[in-house]
Amino acid sequence: MELVNVFIKAAFIENLALAYFLGMCSYLAVSKTVKTAFGLGLAVIFVLGITMPINWVINVFLLGENGIFGMDLTFLRLILFIAVIASMVQLVEMVIEKFSPALYNSLGIFLPLITVNCAILGGSLFMVAGEYSFGESVAFGLGGGFGWFLAIIAIAAIREKIRYSDVPPALRGLGMAFILTGLMGMAFMGLMGIDPNAF
Amino acid sequence: MAETAVIAKKEKAPIQFGKKERKLITDPLNDSNPITVQVLGICSALAVTTGMKNAFVMSIAVVFVCVFSNILTSVLRNSIPKQVRMIVQLVIIATLVTIVELTLKAVSFESYKALSVFIGLIITNCIIMGRLEAFASGNRPWESALDGLGNGIGYGIILLIVAFFREFFGKGTIFDVKIIGATSEYFINTSESWLFGWYENNNLMVLFPAAMFVIGIVIWVHRSWNPKLVDVS
Repeated sequence: MELVNVFIKAAFIENLALAYFLGMCSYLAVSKTVKTAFGLGLAVIFVLGITMPINWVINVFLLGENGIFGMDLTFLRLILFIAVIASMVQLVEMVIEKFSPALYNSLGIFLPLITVNCAILGGSLFMVAGEYSFGESVAFGLGGGFGWFLAIIAIAAIREKIRYSDVPPALRGLGMAFILTGLMGMAFMGLMGIDPNAF
Repeated sequence: MAETAVIAKKEKAPIQFGKKERKLITDPLNDSNPITVQVLGICSALAVTTGMKNAFVMSIAVVFVCVFSNILTSVLRNSIPKQVRMIVQLVIIATLVTIVELTLKAVSFESYKALSVFIGLIITNCIIMGRLEAFASGNRPWESALDGLGNGIGYGIILLIVAFFREFFGKGTIFDVKIIGATSEYFINTSESWLFGWYENNNLMVLFPAAMFVIGIVIWVHRSWNPKLVDVS
């Protein structure tokens, strides 16, 4: 039950994209159509779900004082996390290039930019701060990814519809996306008061 | 007798600061501004702009990392194998960010504590990685340095504008100078002033969504002022 709590908390109550505004660059740039948003969201779920457990293992077994080196190496945490994330993203890039070249071309530069997506690194740092167990970190990774996926699908759907509305020319496109995201963020602030242990 | 091919000697372009180079600095301030046009570096623009002092320190840090990572990547661009390209770039950026973090810790500990996590998150700042991939991997060090300088300054300007609005309307201070507020420490004391007695700080400005609204309006103003940018994304 604890795992479901962590999943729901990561996906809705502390949504990485709408409560903490992490991963905004890819979020705003790829959300013009639902199709590309869907692809990027899936890639983010995949990367988060895989890197979270690996980072947990690194954090506990290599860097901590109970780890195999026996010293407090936490100052290396950022560099190691980033290295793991970079390798996983390279892997995802190769898989997508082989199985769906159209998606690969439409994602363009934003696929390698998942590496520097603040959501992935930020999620790992939250996991460290929250001192989750291994199962909980998997649930947190999948939940965080799922929440980000929902957020980007939602804004892509809204942006597709709003293309047919009468928006002032200078506000069309990017400016509107910012204001929409701000409104969605305010809406999600309403969820922040929910106690996750109530489930 | 073997025919010797005539290899034309490629003329190395001289290092100069002419019109093209000046364009590399001024373009990111206006036409290709990293935040409002290229959609890069948004995460830190939201989190760091609660105060102008933090925004200023952050923009100096980003300019430094951007310029020097551009120079280093451009110098190494022909010797990095394609497969490890991203990891090498990340190591370069991480090293520079560590230098910035330790310098900041030594020079101004107060700012270091205020910015704690976000100095580390410069590593994931899309501007730096984006410029490395788009420009420095294919251009010479001098142009790459100028490009990094331009993008860093463009980012800094938007950061300062957003921070000004958020800090002034959210807390009533500018660079920690108390301007308008409810107690007598402020320059304009709203509890005693007859002209501004109705004014209260807007607490929404201190929260994250307000940064989104302010940046949205900045984009609106920027694109109305520069009609070339309408419908660019």
